Amino acid sequence: MDNLASSGVWAVWVLMGVGLVAWVLTGGADYGGGLWDLLASGPRKEAQRSLIAEAIAPIWEANHVWIIFLVVMMFSVFPRAFFVVSVALHIPLVLALFGMVLRGAAFTFRAYGLQPDAVGHRWGRVFAWSSALTPVFLGMALGAMSTGDLRHVNGLVTSGFLAGWTSPFSFTVGLFALALFALLAAVYLTADAASAELAEDFRGRALAAELVAGVLAALVAWRASVDAPALWAALAGSSWTWPVQLGTAAAAIAVLAALVTRRFALARFAVAAQVGLVVLGWGLAMDGFIVRPDVHVTAAGTRPEMMGPLMVAVSIGLAVLLPSLWLLFRVFKRSKTADDTTH
Amino acid sequence: MTDLLAACGQMAVSLAFHILFAVAGMAMPLLMVIAESLHLRTGDPLYKDLAKRWARGTAILFAVGAVSGTVLSFELGLLWPTFMEHAGPVIGMPFSIEGFFFFLEAIFLGIFLYGWDRVSPRLHLFSGVMVAVSGLMSGVVVVSVNAWMNSPAGFKVVEGQFVDVDVMAAIFNPAFPTQALHMAVAAYTSVAFAVMGIHAWRLLRDPSSRFHGVALKIALGVAIVSVVLQLASGDLAAKHLAEYQPSKLAAAEGHFKTTRGASLSLVGWPDEDKGELIGEIGVPYALSILGKADPNAEIEGLDKTPRADWPPVAVVYVAFKVMVGAGFAMFGVALWGAWLWWRRRPFGDQTRFLKALILASPLGMIALEAGWVVTEVGRQPWIIRGVMRTADAVTPMPGLAVPFVAFTALYAFLGVVVIALLKAHVFAVPVTPAAPTARPVATEA
Repeated sequence: MDNLASSGVWAVWVLMGVGLVAWVLTGGADYGGGLWDLLASGPRKEAQRSLIAEAIAPIWEANHVWIIFLVVMMFSVFPRAFFVVSVALHIPLVLALFGMVLRGAAFTFRAYGLQPDAVGHRWGRVFAWSSALTPVFLGMALGAMSTGDLRHVNGLVTSGFLAGWTSPFSFTVGLFALALFALLAAVYLTADAASAELAEDFRGRALAAELVAGVLAALVAWRASVDAPALWAALAGSSWTWPVQLGTAAAAIAVLAALVTRRFALARFAVAAQVGLVVLGWGLAMDGFIVRPDVHVTAAGTRPEMMGPLMVAVSIGLAVLLPSLWLLFRVFKRSKTADDTTH
Repeated sequence: MTDLLAACGQMAVSLAFHILFAVAGMAMPLLMVIAESLHLRTGDPLYKDLAKRWARGTAILFAVGAVSGTVLSFELGLLWPTFMEHAGPVIGMPFSIEGFFFFLEAIFLGIFLYGWDRVSPRLHLFSGVMVAVSGLMSGVVVVSVNAWMNSPAGFKVVEGQFVDVDVMAAIFNPAFPTQALHMAVAAYTSVAFAVMGIHAWRLLRDPSSRFHGVALKIALGVAIVSVVLQLASGDLAAKHLAEYQPSKLAAAEGHFKTTRGASLSLVGWPDEDKGELIGEIGVPYALSILGKADPNAEIEGLDKTPRADWPPVAVVYVAFKVMVGAGFAMFGVALWGAWLWWRRRPFGDQTRFLKALILASPLGMIALEAGWVVTEVGRQPWIIRGVMRTADAVTPMPGLAVPFVAFTALYAFLGVVVIALLKAHVFAVPVTPAAPTARPVATEA
């Protein structure tokens, strides 16, 4: 592989990391919103649900496309990784797909249904449950890719169909993913809320989610040391690890401080940084592997001759996509963000 | 049921379900943009009301299309991992481009659906145009992938590996131009006929309704143009098949023996064992004209393809007849509509025409599904024609009947719900043109 193609491979690896962070911070938060719909309570129960629905409605489909971007980049540039993931993680991925379909369909059916409240409410339950379960399955799949349990030997997946994702580590990662999505959603919703009472509802939920996420982070670290030793070694022993871990902790403290002092715009920024750093830390700990220990980015079946044209297409695509995304968020998130800078 | 059969079934169900929603995402934006530009030009609030009501139905269809499309992108790997391991880099380029267009479609659809009172009328119309253009382009580009499976190009196979990948040659493979044109036009034809059926049904009950009359006219305008292009592109597609995919054309026509001056069969039943078309009624020389533009040209029969590599002939044959029959029926109805329009007859009074439109309303979707059966089943036993067999591409995962049954049940359920919801939209929303200065509503949710 020549230099250009080799640097192209790493560029796509980085781009997939950016795409994953983008999906987590936007699409992930939409799933988190579904969990808060499920857990809506108190005198403002229905107001909470409406706020969640209004916040998600115009943007969830665009946010969702980041997943497709990741899938397409993976099979275009790292087809061997796509092969291994598709075979070994068939079960959790099918479950996640079921969740995605039910979530998107139920959300839209509720919004556009023109149906009696009872029926709309039932779709709301489907939306909420599928939102809560899908991130767990996706987190389990991502965890499985890190464990070192998925094996690819002589062109075949030799580890079967249950390896990795059924480990306690992967299950903990699934719960951690859900907690982070819930945290993102709750913090975003404090800034989206039209009334102070609603903002308070989500402030309390955000604080609770931050604590749960902290506990789960510790559990993930512990289970990594047992179930995913190579990942744990990279997490605990690399030179980059302490700046990233300290940065994550600092961002988490900033989220808590901003929530306590009700600076919601600042909290939104800090929580994005916190969750983004968690993903970054995981990505760095993967050490260039897409599936540990057999599929490394430099040996994932890349065809070097297609990298040049692909990079051109991706650059043009991003040049059109990013201003369009900016426009979308400016149209639907501008007024409220402008409001809370005045708090 | 073998796992291979279950995998084929799941893929077929997923594609058949998704395509209905995908075409709505391609063609409904065009109808909405036409209505909205008429509103901007005339100031008549009826057009805006129409665009908004179409938009609500489209919101449901687009969401189901988006999630069922996601399922497909994963299923490529979940069901056919060996195919994707080899083909991924060759077809990654069109999929990437498709991904960007889909992104733009979702972004601008969000602005279009929820931005009526948040953005200027110009930006709103621009968003609609962006949805229509990116919907069309994502459809065109993704069809390039399917065309590549039918007429693979832009790579070499060396020791089982796909090397020397030329992405441009892969995208612009021989089948791409005709297949993309035929499919893109089919999106407008099928959606226009479905929309006409709905408004014709309402006009029958309320012949004086200007709202449904206008809606019918817009859809009819699109249908007249697209159905003509549909037949023309079908002719081009047949000529492509005769040259590049002769076994598919032969199966579609039940054409077993290579002959000159081949006749086009209208009815018959292909008997694979005897290798003949039973009870054939055909048009002499027509198949040679269709395939090679020459009444005496030789048309390759299935006898040139090893028996083991035949597709299921009867399935392809019937699907092809259904597609072509539905296409000509729609052509006839569209001509009738054009004549009525030209004679300036108010559609509300044309009871027979309206009833014909209702009968014709599912024909586009039927032709669409039948066409995909022709191209997909007609390619069997290959997943990449002449390069990789479907049986060699399937996942080693056991028990594939379980996800097949589960996805089929899920999609059947969602299909029923969507029809019920659309029906509620057609009936429940009173036809009251909104005043030009409607009360601002934060969101439609």
